[in-house]
Amino acid sequence: MPELPLWLVWVIKAAVIYGALLSVAGLMSLAERKVSAWMQYRIGPNRVGPFGLLQPLADGVKFMFKEELVPAGANPFLFRIAPALAALPAMLAVAVIPFAGEIELFGQRTTLSVTDLPISSLYVLAVGGLGIYGIILGGWSSNSKYSLLGSLRASAQMVSYELSLILSILAVVALSGSLDLRVIADAQQADAALWNIARAPLAFLLFVVCMFAETNRHPFDFAESEPELVGGFHTEYSAMRFALFFLGEYCAMTVMSCLATVLFLAGGAIPFWPDAPWWAELASFLVKMSAFLFLYLWVRWTLPRFRFDQLMRLGWKVLLPLALFNLFATAALMAAGVL
Amino acid sequence: MLTPYVPILILLALATGFSLVSLGLSDLLGRLRPSIGKSTAYECGMQVEGSARLRLSIHFYLVAVLFILFDVESLLLVPWAVAARSFQEAGVGPLVLAEVAGFVGVLGLGLAWVWKKGGLDWDR
Repeated sequence: MPELPLWLVWVIKAAVIYGALLSVAGLMSLAERKVSAWMQYRIGPNRVGPFGLLQPLADGVKFMFKEELVPAGANPFLFRIAPALAALPAMLAVAVIPFAGEIELFGQRTTLSVTDLPISSLYVLAVGGLGIYGIILGGWSSNSKYSLLGSLRASAQMVSYELSLILSILAVVALSGSLDLRVIADAQQADAALWNIARAPLAFLLFVVCMFAETNRHPFDFAESEPELVGGFHTEYSAMRFALFFLGEYCAMTVMSCLATVLFLAGGAIPFWPDAPWWAELASFLVKMSAFLFLYLWVRWTLPRFRFDQLMRLGWKVLLPLALFNLFATAALMAAGVL
Repeated sequence: MLTPYVPILILLALATGFSLVSLGLSDLLGRLRPSIGKSTAYECGMQVEGSARLRLSIHFYLVAVLFILFDVESLLLVPWAVAARSFQEAGVGPLVLAEVAGFVGVLGLGLAWVWKKGGLDWDR
């Protein structure tokens, strides 16, 4: 079999991983309704396909045929491009997630990720941080009070929790001595006792809390808290533009779950099976990722929503000092030779 | 050197293409039946009161400034975090740790000052 050119391998990997991300995001939209239903003793969507599995596809088609409304006072250009600006960063951040080790693709040896950067964790933070522009531009350009308040709250919340998120990741970076997500995952490979969830439990806790706040999910979903702000920043959106906001949110949740898996649960590593083939690594990665995605839904139906001042207090007065303390405790333990 | 970034451009092209095609299809297929009622901003069915270009609470500005301050701080900590293990192996770990503690201590004092001044109290 002839060897494929390198660029074609890149295109195939990017297309497969992007398709997988969209599928997971679509399935997550179904899981959200299905799991919510089960937790409330209902059945949930079950008409379209077996177990309602084709529901996301049916929703997508329906969104396309809906009427697109633009409010009269809106800024049309910003209003139209904001959903794409909100969805793109989450979709791009998946590029550096190392799903599994080396695979052989039509004679080319390659890794199962879109690309491998030596600074991949910085890349995820940098690209992920751009998601805020879509939300604030969408909310402001709608020229509606609910949208404006929702987007302002979202941006204040996202910047506040980004600090603790970065500092909790830095503790893991210090342990592994690298910003490369693949190196961070491989450093935990040998033994489950080396997983960062065991070595840096406080960093894990901080990361999980910030993960919910960064994706605007319950109990921190102030961007769209429906009893206060109708729909929040997407109040005025309809049809496919509304759907893109949601697709972006689900993609962001998926990427955050992948990141938590890599940083704290050793990526695709399987305990007591050090030389697992790539498909077993991939399966183990997906199981761990799904666990985090399920956590999103579990928390949503377990905890009540915060109040906005409580959220800001938690972010600045509890999580930020705690994250700084955690970083130094980790470094001090490393200097003492414990970690 | 920049080769690993090419696949990101491919992914960017795919993602932009998907967004534009789905939005374009929605524009083509969705039926437009505009009316005055539909094009007003939604305020729970009441008459719209004034513009939404409002003056904002100063708190949002304060949060943004504080964020930039501490974001730069955490970025300056990145090189140290990467090299922490090597510093330790070279035997200068505690010394470097003390220096970084000094750097963060100064900013920590800043945080304590903002805290005392009430800059972190949202409902003041």
